[in-house]
Amino acid sequence: MASSIVQFDNVRKTYQMGPVTVEALRGVSFDIKAGEYVSIMGPSGCGKSTLLNLLGCLDRPSTGRYLLGGEDVSGMDDDSLSAIRGARLGFIFQSYNLIQQLTVIENIEIPLYYQDRPEAECREIAHRLAARVGLDHRLAHKPFELSGGQQQRVAIARALVNDPLVILADEPTGNLDSSSGVDIMKIFDELHAQGKTLILVTHDPGVGKRAQRTIRLRDGHIESDVRN
Amino acid sequence: MSETKVQSGLRKFLHELTLAQLQRAMRLGFRSLWQHRLRSLLTVLGIVFGVCSVIAMLAIGEGASYEAQEQIKSLGSQNIIIRSVKPPDDQKASQGSQSYVLQYGVTYTDADQIQATIPGVMVTLPVRDIHDYVWNISRRVDCDIVGTVPWYTSMRNYRVARGRFFTENDMAARSSVCVLGAEMVPSLFPLESPLGKHVRVGGDYYQVIGVMETRGHDATPADATASKDKPAAFRMFVPLETIKMRYGEILMRRRSGSFEAERVQLHELTVKVDSLDKVTTVAEAIKTVMEHNHKKKDYQIDVPLEMLRRAERTKQIFNIVLGSIAAISLLVGGIGIMNIMLASVTERTREIGIRRALGARRRDIVTQFLIETVMLSGIGGIMGVLLGVTIPFVVSHFAGMRTIITLWSPLLAFTISGLVGVVFGIYPAIRAANMDPVEALRHE
Repeated sequence: MASSIVQFDNVRKTYQMGPVTVEALRGVSFDIKAGEYVSIMGPSGCGKSTLLNLLGCLDRPSTGRYLLGGEDVSGMDDDSLSAIRGARLGFIFQSYNLIQQLTVIENIEIPLYYQDRPEAECREIAHRLAARVGLDHRLAHKPFELSGGQQQRVAIARALVNDPLVILADEPTGNLDSSSGVDIMKIFDELHAQGKTLILVTHDPGVGKRAQRTIRLRDGHIESDVRN
Repeated sequence: MSETKVQSGLRKFLHELTLAQLQRAMRLGFRSLWQHRLRSLLTVLGIVFGVCSVIAMLAIGEGASYEAQEQIKSLGSQNIIIRSVKPPDDQKASQGSQSYVLQYGVTYTDADQIQATIPGVMVTLPVRDIHDYVWNISRRVDCDIVGTVPWYTSMRNYRVARGRFFTENDMAARSSVCVLGAEMVPSLFPLESPLGKHVRVGGDYYQVIGVMETRGHDATPADATASKDKPAAFRMFVPLETIKMRYGEILMRRRSGSFEAERVQLHELTVKVDSLDKVTTVAEAIKTVMEHNHKKKDYQIDVPLEMLRRAERTKQIFNIVLGSIAAISLLVGGIGIMNIMLASVTERTREIGIRRALGARRRDIVTQFLIETVMLSGIGGIMGVLLGVTIPFVVSHFAGMRTIITLWSPLLAFTISGLVGVVFGIYPAIRAANMDPVEALRHE
């Protein structure tokens, strides 16, 4: 039995929007084991983005506990959360979120930049990962010179550069045409085969189906949690 | 955010910032500034002109006051100078109806009284000043003939370059010797040494026994405050007794259609006081003596020491005014930088969100933006220093003004411009760091 990497224990998140209190998550509990490939699905407004922000340590739960790799991160201060994000998480966004002024290789290096690793080492790791996503011939290009699929591959390389515990992907194929989307999904499959833990937020059933487990959310509750 | 929290935060991150990180952050900052070259340049112009004007104005001011102070110092700070002044016109007219001879000015009696009665007076230096042509065969020079005493050189800090000054013996013998000012020598003796030669004034011949050193400016008190571009007057020094004998006491001046006679005993009397702190009291005493002896105000008392003090006070005020102008221009420059940095933070919200998501701590973001601002103002400071050091050279080259760049003025200006970067960079940087990463990532 593999150990739990992500443990959500009755997590609630409420937002204060002026006088109105919005309950985005109303007590969510689940476990994700190492090496799992999980998709989180649901209609818009169901709390997917909130859940993703909590999973990504970009936000803290209002109540409940979140253990990442056995460490309780729900009460950590801002600096510790930054350190956790930099060291243990990999982010892939719908809109790629590459920094436009930096080259491909520099974008891949960003997470290492904040870990105070020696520069030569950063460069070497970034090179290796660029080669892995098939972009070793585009290292000096700026993001706007690349196609959407290529940009997303840069983002994947960036998400892998710190060897994270969990890779979080938010609609990774949402901005791509179907053939680029398929390419990206193939990379995800490969990563899964290599034993990476993947959490993928999507509302595309075709994408969701490729994961081995699907968590469906509705109105801040887990509606279903099934293995495909 | 409270002041102490900012301070402790700043101290914390300065401690934790390693050199390698700083280098990297600077490279990153430089690239980001280079990406918006024009914007960076325009942003920094305020600082550039602020720094440059401070340095240039200080250099010009320093030069001007140095020159004024040198002129005053050359009069001798222990000296008090009493000069004869032609009384105002209305009094002359009423007198002129009875007599052709206009009598005014400092007298030998004044000199004797001052020397004898006022304690602290070391020595007095009478000067008689006659305007005439000096000839060497067919060469002519319009010249001030100064009749004075042998200790003139030591009291006026004015040295003989070649030959010698006249002595007590020359005075006693009323010998016809003269010492030429260096400026007139090329006009009178262009090819030969003047020493031992004779010059003619009117019908009398004088033997040249010495030549004074060159003096950039004319050391009269009027000159220290008035026109400086007038070339140094030609002067020839002759023993006082000789002048008295040759010219008598009445000076005739013929002008077209009119004729004027003046009786002036001494044109100038310099009093040397034995110590600096007695200068003011002696000056007061001299004033009393002169007021008693002269009904009209036909003299003027100049105290170089007081002029020097006044010049120093003026310079102080000048520096304060300049400092305020500099402070205001740097403040304006700083506000300009802060404005642009705030805009830049908003424009780069997304980048901030990405960096935060990928592990940047708040203080990493603060460092990034603060370094950018400090580099911006630092580069502005360097440009300003370069420009500010150039301008005084150009000014002294083309306008012929003396300028002095003191070492501290570029250093101070540069340091302040760096500080401006820190002060005006802190707020935008903290604002960038305090953004919510989730919001920032969603920002379009």
